[in-house]
Amino acid sequence: MERVLVGLKRVVDYNVRVRIRSDGSGVETDGVKMSINPFDEIALEEALRMKERGEANEVVVVSIGGSECQQQLRTGLAMGADRAILVETAESVNPLTGARIFLELIKREAAELVLLGKQAIDDDNNQTGQMLAALWGRPQATFASRIELNGSTAKVTREVDVGLETIEVDLPAVITTDLRLNEPRYVKLPDIMKAKKKPLDQIPVADLAVESAASITAVTFEPPEQRQKGIIVKDVAELVAALKDKGLV
Amino acid sequence: MSKILVIAEHDGSSLNLSTAKCMACATKLADAEIDVAVFAEDGTDIANEAAQLDSVSKVLLVDSPSNRYPLAAIIAAQLVAMADGYSHLLGPSTTFGKDLMPRVAALLGVNQISDVMTVLGTHKFKRPIYAGNAILTVEVPDDRPVVATIRTASFSGVGSGNSAIVEQVSLDADIPDHTRFVELQAGQSDRPDLQTATKVVSGGRALGSSENFDIIFKLADALGAGVGASRAAVDAGYVANEMQVGQTGKIIAPDLYIAIGISGAIQHLTGIKDAGTIVAINKDEDAPIFEVADLGIVGDLFQIVPELEKAIGS
Repeated sequence: MERVLVGLKRVVDYNVRVRIRSDGSGVETDGVKMSINPFDEIALEEALRMKERGEANEVVVVSIGGSECQQQLRTGLAMGADRAILVETAESVNPLTGARIFLELIKREAAELVLLGKQAIDDDNNQTGQMLAALWGRPQATFASRIELNGSTAKVTREVDVGLETIEVDLPAVITTDLRLNEPRYVKLPDIMKAKKKPLDQIPVADLAVESAASITAVTFEPPEQRQKGIIVKDVAELVAALKDKGLV
Repeated sequence: MSKILVIAEHDGSSLNLSTAKCMACATKLADAEIDVAVFAEDGTDIANEAAQLDSVSKVLLVDSPSNRYPLAAIIAAQLVAMADGYSHLLGPSTTFGKDLMPRVAALLGVNQISDVMTVLGTHKFKRPIYAGNAILTVEVPDDRPVVATIRTASFSGVGSGNSAIVEQVSLDADIPDHTRFVELQAGQSDRPDLQTATKVVSGGRALGSSENFDIIFKLADALGAGVGASRAAVDAGYVANEMQVGQTGKIIAPDLYIAIGISGAIQHLTGIKDAGTIVAINKDEDAPIFEVADLGIVGDLFQIVPELEKAIGS
């Protein structure tokens, strides 16, 4: 196929323990390490492997957000993507609006496959890929742990609650990636230098003439209820006695 | 006035417990009419089972060979055709619901509320974000349908003493043929289902191999417990993917959870925060799992676990 689009969302790094701002208005992001959403990194790795196998000619990475998202796009270019598109907006973008933006890019780029992470680890919504497939009127294969392209179709194995489900979808399609699809490559220093010369287009969101979907209003953020730290028992006998006390064994 | 449609989940022969949990969430929303939609092939038994759930007004059975497998693109097209008149469409936050409901939401032109954990009103909810490290209160517009997935671990299912009517529905919907089921490899297990078990024993990377994981299974059997695992143990290939507990695996709320050789990454802890009693067995006394455990033992799991199995068995 000619072109694969991959979404890269800039999120708080998965190793960061997030803190709620004291006024409950959001999560503290000032001075916090930001990274590519890990599921998106897996999506990009898969696209790159498709290109290396000769199944795709071009891999285009896309991010939606402020100019700071260029960092994540440059990392994607260093991993091996051919070019990048930043859809610039100062607003936070909800999943349906994000899907509409992607749909516009699909038309512009004549993409035949869109690979997205199954969810972003900040808002944990797990929606954008399914929404994009719906708006596009094309198949979705979510939570992929194996992808096999066969010309005009793809066979995708999905991680579902009862095990592994395999489906076949016609292309074009949207595939969202799960953790065990692959292990993303590390970026090497010379690749970071090369990535600086690769094209990165910036498109103001207004140019895409996408209608913003009504947002779900975030009223307040609060920390979760903390569990009380319990006790350390000295041996199995003491543990079993405690469990018996609670009527659990 | 609210009118709610709950989308039933099933395996082709019987109803998944997630449906009773979605019903429980629906009853908290409003004093509303609550219908259940069943998409199935030869689904009469499933529909009858749904009709027994308390508070169900009626069951809408869409019985068709196209509904033999739970394919989101195929069900979404039908669900949208039946959505008219409903103020709320609810599905479970299981892989079935997560796959289906956003597709429906997009076709209806709304964003979805993912993982509802608390109902504050007909259009106001709490949901976890950042792997459960923050709880977000959200409000949605009331001039369009609410599409939501329900965090099943946050709700106890409704009872089943009802006998609601079952209505066969035929829909005028374009069923796409671009998506086809190939196969399902389901884990075969006689043990209690991880998502509904009242007791769960989980193993982590410290088990070291899939052979060593046997001691987890043995302890689980002595307890009559389901078996789970950390992401690290699944990634290492000790056990199958459907056993993963955590942010991207299963979110569970058993009465007893025993974490063995699991350090307790935040992504794992989010999957067990609603457990009744958490027991941790780990050789590292500084492991984060001890911060949330009610009972902990520091030591060698290969000694402690067989000893515990014996003590429980006797």
